[in-house]
Amino acid sequence: MEKFGAEILVDALINEGVEVMFGYPGGVVLPIFDVLYDSPIKFILTRHEQGAAHAAEGFARATGKVGVCLATSGPGATNLVTGLADAHMDSVPIVAITGQVPTGLIGGDAFQEADAVGITRSITKHNYLIKDIRDIPRVVKEAFYIAGTGRPGPVLIDVPKDVSTARAKPEKVDRVELRGYRPVLEGNKKQIRRAAEAILQSNRPVIYGGGGIIISGGSAELRRLSESHKIPVTLTLMGLGGFPGTHPYFMGMLGMHGTWAANRAIKDCDLLIAIGARFDDRVTGKLDEFAPHAKIIHIDIDPSSIAKNVPVDLPIVGDVKTVLGQLLKELEGLSQPNPKPREKWLAEISGWEKEHPLRYEKSKKLIKPQYVIEKIYELTKGDAVITTEVGQNQMWTAQYYKFDRPRTLITSGGLGTMGFGFPAAIGAQLGKSDSLVVDIAGDGSIQMNIQELATAVQYRIPVKIAILNNRYLGMVRQWQELFYNKRYSNTCIKCQPNFKKLAEAYGAKGYTVTDPAEVVPVLKEAFGNDQPCLMDFQVDPEENVLPIIPPGKGVYDTILAPPPKRKKKSSR
Amino acid sequence: MKKHAISLLVENQFGALSRISGLFSARGYNIESLSVAPSSDPTVSRMTIVTSGDDRVVEQIGKQLNKLIDVIKVWNVSDYDSIGRELILVRVFAGDHSQDEIIRAGQAFGAKVVDVSEKSLAFEMMGDSQEVENFLNLLKTFGIKELIRSGTLAMIKEGNK
Repeated sequence: MEKFGAEILVDALINEGVEVMFGYPGGVVLPIFDVLYDSPIKFILTRHEQGAAHAAEGFARATGKVGVCLATSGPGATNLVTGLADAHMDSVPIVAITGQVPTGLIGGDAFQEADAVGITRSITKHNYLIKDIRDIPRVVKEAFYIAGTGRPGPVLIDVPKDVSTARAKPEKVDRVELRGYRPVLEGNKKQIRRAAEAILQSNRPVIYGGGGIIISGGSAELRRLSESHKIPVTLTLMGLGGFPGTHPYFMGMLGMHGTWAANRAIKDCDLLIAIGARFDDRVTGKLDEFAPHAKIIHIDIDPSSIAKNVPVDLPIVGDVKTVLGQLLKELEGLSQPNPKPREKWLAEISGWEKEHPLRYEKSKKLIKPQYVIEKIYELTKGDAVITTEVGQNQMWTAQYYKFDRPRTLITSGGLGTMGFGFPAAIGAQLGKSDSLVVDIAGDGSIQMNIQELATAVQYRIPVKIAILNNRYLGMVRQWQELFYNKRYSNTCIKCQPNFKKLAEAYGAKGYTVTDPAEVVPVLKEAFGNDQPCLMDFQVDPEENVLPIIPPGKGVYDTILAPPPKRKKKSSR
Repeated sequence: MKKHAISLLVENQFGALSRISGLFSARGYNIESLSVAPSSDPTVSRMTIVTSGDDRVVEQIGKQLNKLIDVIKVWNVSDYDSIGRELILVRVFAGDHSQDEIIRAGQAFGAKVVDVSEKSLAFEMMGDSQEVENFLNLLKTFGIKELIRSGTLAMIKEGNK
């Protein structure tokens, strides 16, 4: 039976298991929206296409499934760009569908025409312009396969209006055949053997894990490797939750705002086992001071991540979960070394942990942002999905919330997209309807996609927003304080809405909190509420994220939190 | 920095060339020459890119190219025993020297005269990069009016892959 292109497209999406889509209508996607009108797909109308792209990301990262968003041509497509770039950097599987002007008008500067495929080429894993209705089923099948396998990423499909309105008998496509795309899953056996030997020979090993652990579902294998061989673990921002944050072998996050212990351990280790991570500059700091004494094993599914920034002694290309499984098996067969050096190493690391733990000065007068996060952690018992915006709110979350399970932290790591957290929370909540979803925000970032309050209210999506409101673009202000002589150029945003009233204006619940004693009661009330809630915590305005390794510097240049002030002993 | 010839098999689809050239510009790699045309299989194009960079950069270029869905296979031809050829069309001034003199110079390099006028003379010449360079250096004494190069084509010798 002949069908319209739009029907074939929606059928293909349903065939891929799509249940939820995020997006925004417009002229050239009218035929697609007409089909969606009576399709079983739940469509979430965001209030900006950027919100739709981040919501698709949040959905994908909370569930591990491919997220889908839909926008019209021209401005609809360009508004997706930030979300696509974000998904590309953080390896998030999403499929974005954009409408395009009819094929006959392409290139003629038609109304709402933009070269979506050209614009998104460098920020997608792959993209398509469908010129022939018969290609729809194959392209959709390939798009989902490419987005969700290997190192995942965004795929864009641009659909001209005349392709949506053409009629054809849809072809059935069951298999994907891409001769240029065959991700390697299993690690090379000889390399695995060498890695196992290196692990057994090492006295001071460190595991440095990234987002690949979560994407591959390899947390259990990672834990076995760490526990059975007494190997301490540090994680990147993207890796948090991939190894229990409460585990005694966990040293905290590494890098610019990492813990002293984690960064010292990297400096002194003799073996660095990098797993599903990519040696980002925020992690390594000064390259020649990063793991200078270590032999480096690097396990990653993306060969181009290996030896990109740092030379690697033992590369293993493959899926993290699969390779760790192989490695564990290989290690089982080898005789175990003397545990003494490892115990000494672990003791040395605990010494560093005690020397400079994460700390901030408590206050009874001012709300400390770190305190809010500690209380969110205590009240949720770590059993929530946390999204963040970007900046100080994000780094404090990474430091003070202990993520024990994968997919409980959803944050924009690579691109650092302000305005990510709230729409991502909406997407995550759609994917995890039973979970408490909290966006830990800053007063700057939240205003970048605040319009999605309407989306949350319309669909009764009960996400909670905790704004750590310091009336500054705090992270930039912090850099100005530390590196630009306190010249606060354009970072003070004292002119801001009354967030409580703003939430109420949208029909959500709003709270203003200025007293530290009110933090817990308000959190409790909001978490118990089934509405979207926005909490405006007015925090200490000049609190800094510490420790910090200044950009391009090494661990010994770390600026640490000042030691706690000693209470004066009463004189005799 | 050493020059490297990279040979690629890519899907013969619209957009494939811009993905590849876009990758070079987005990542700051340099393209000295690029040639592309369909291979014996019309669904596949063969591309030769000459680039330069240290070993680490050239290794990354290969990996990044391999990541593109439209790229089927990548070889760094310079790692193998290989054949490299370039075709040039070059026009030289014929005013100050006799045409015979210029034609003799061309013959020494196996170049063919393809266009003659009172004021100029054009050659077609093919060779490896060294031969082309030598020929062009010789022609400089007459004065080069116009030069069009195909970019290098490279093929790995049988039994070396």
